[in-house]
Amino acid sequence: MTFGAVLGSVELGLIYSIMALGVFLSFRTLNTPDLTVDGSIVTGMAVSAMICSVGGNPWLALVAAFIVGCFAGFITALLNTKLGIQPLLAGILVMLGLYSINLRIMGGKSNVAIIKSDTIYKNFREFAQTEYSSIILGLIILTLITACFYYFLKTRLGFALRATGDNEDMVRASGINSNTMRLIGMGLSNGLVGLAGGLLAQYQSVADIGMGVGMVVVGLASVIIGEAVFGTRSLIRRLIAVSLGAILYRMIIAFAFNLGMPSTDLKLVSAVIVTFALSTGALGEKFSIPTLFQKVGAKNANN
Amino acid sequence: MLIIEGISKTFGKGSINEKLAIDDLSLAVNKGDFISIIGSNGAGKSTLLNCISGVYGVDSGSIVLDGIDLTRLPEHKRSKYIGRVFQDPLRGTAFDMTIEENLAIANTKNKSIGLQRGLNKKERDLFREKLALLDMGLENRMKQKVKLLSGGQRQALTLFMAVISKPKLLLLDEHIAALDPNAANKVLALTDEFSKTPDLCTLMITHNMKVALEYGNRTILMKDGKIAMDLHGKEREKMTVEKLIAQFDIDNDRMLL
Repeated sequence: MTFGAVLGSVELGLIYSIMALGVFLSFRTLNTPDLTVDGSIVTGMAVSAMICSVGGNPWLALVAAFIVGCFAGFITALLNTKLGIQPLLAGILVMLGLYSINLRIMGGKSNVAIIKSDTIYKNFREFAQTEYSSIILGLIILTLITACFYYFLKTRLGFALRATGDNEDMVRASGINSNTMRLIGMGLSNGLVGLAGGLLAQYQSVADIGMGVGMVVVGLASVIIGEAVFGTRSLIRRLIAVSLGAILYRMIIAFAFNLGMPSTDLKLVSAVIVTFALSTGALGEKFSIPTLFQKVGAKNANN
Repeated sequence: MLIIEGISKTFGKGSINEKLAIDDLSLAVNKGDFISIIGSNGAGKSTLLNCISGVYGVDSGSIVLDGIDLTRLPEHKRSKYIGRVFQDPLRGTAFDMTIEENLAIANTKNKSIGLQRGLNKKERDLFREKLALLDMGLENRMKQKVKLLSGGQRQALTLFMAVISKPKLLLLDEHIAALDPNAANKVLALTDEFSKTPDLCTLMITHNMKVALEYGNRTILMKDGKIAMDLHGKEREKMTVEKLIAQFDIDNDRMLL
């Protein structure tokens, strides 16, 4: 694998980390796999690209991407809590509806290129004058988001959110409206996903209607791989693990391409990776990645 | 303090499974009362507590706690005044959060929930001091996740969480039924202690008639969604498990244990 490919994977991984944090919030914290992600990431991309393309402030574009993502999550949560639609189905419905909305945002075109427009990546490259500018910027943004997210999860509201995923009975018995918590959680989760979409559009200088397909799987893969490899002992460690999982996932994909796999097989590779990662639970402790590492370690020690 | 007037609750109305679970039930609970509730399966004991706590709305009647009309309030709003412990030790705590985080959630019941810090040093010290009273060594394990605790420890913690925010009413739904005898005794002793909090009303469902007569100051026997017997004072002191069985044809062996 060339150095450039590794660099590219890390740059992309830093963006996908933010999406992975969003998926972590719905999948782990609220205990609900949320398929809205496939739609809301494109909504974030579309809004970000459109604002950049008309010469708007690229940072403002990211804020807007975050906000529209939140709204997508709100709708899913409302379908779930107010209309009693199963969370998985609610996510699918919103994802489907968003496809049309995303096309509308993009002015009816299936992709919007912003090669000539200002983006935070271009601006920072001019400012920092280094070929690593995208990595540095990505790292700064990710660190900021992770820190905010961590402190949020340590607030009273954060506690209530986490407990909602653990045990809704207990949350209601503690005088907290679990439906409100779901609304906030799903909103925030998709807000992060939208933000990641916004960054992605600016990084690639294009927003494409088809880019959302399978994003939730990528997010789940990042969460599961990260947790399995880097551990879950404390909350902050878990958040960092999820981010590293996203980067690791990009590396695995890049490595697969490097072996000569055609890029059209990307989705299949993603699906296989996630199947494997999810099945480590079913296959038992024996096959979990930390246990395998321990075994290798023990073998080496014996030698 | 707690005044329940003529409440009824029917499940599956209009279907073949229609069941009248609570039938025009009225009950007045005085300040400081500790009432044990007995009755065979399907008598409506749990439904009564669930109607009070708001898990189910009632079909008719009213529930008023200390002047506050609870009848139409949603469950989470009633919870501000009510502490609850369920039969299943898993239901009372958030398993993937630490002991102190669970306590913090219980402790913010009557406070606004926003972006304040979830836990500060003052609260930690308070929790540590109070946990020591449980005498289970939990005060030294505050940063451990609740899923690592045993059933008895969890139930003791849940009980503690239920009373930490000073509720007006404590509802215990067979909270010792899933515990081994040792743990059950421990949790019962704690229940007895907590129930002595001034002005706190306690309603405790139990299948154990000995426990029902031994703890608290009043015993209610439920049958077919009604209160079949309301024992207190001298009458209750003289009552024994044997007499109870003779007086009411109790058909559940579990209640004799």
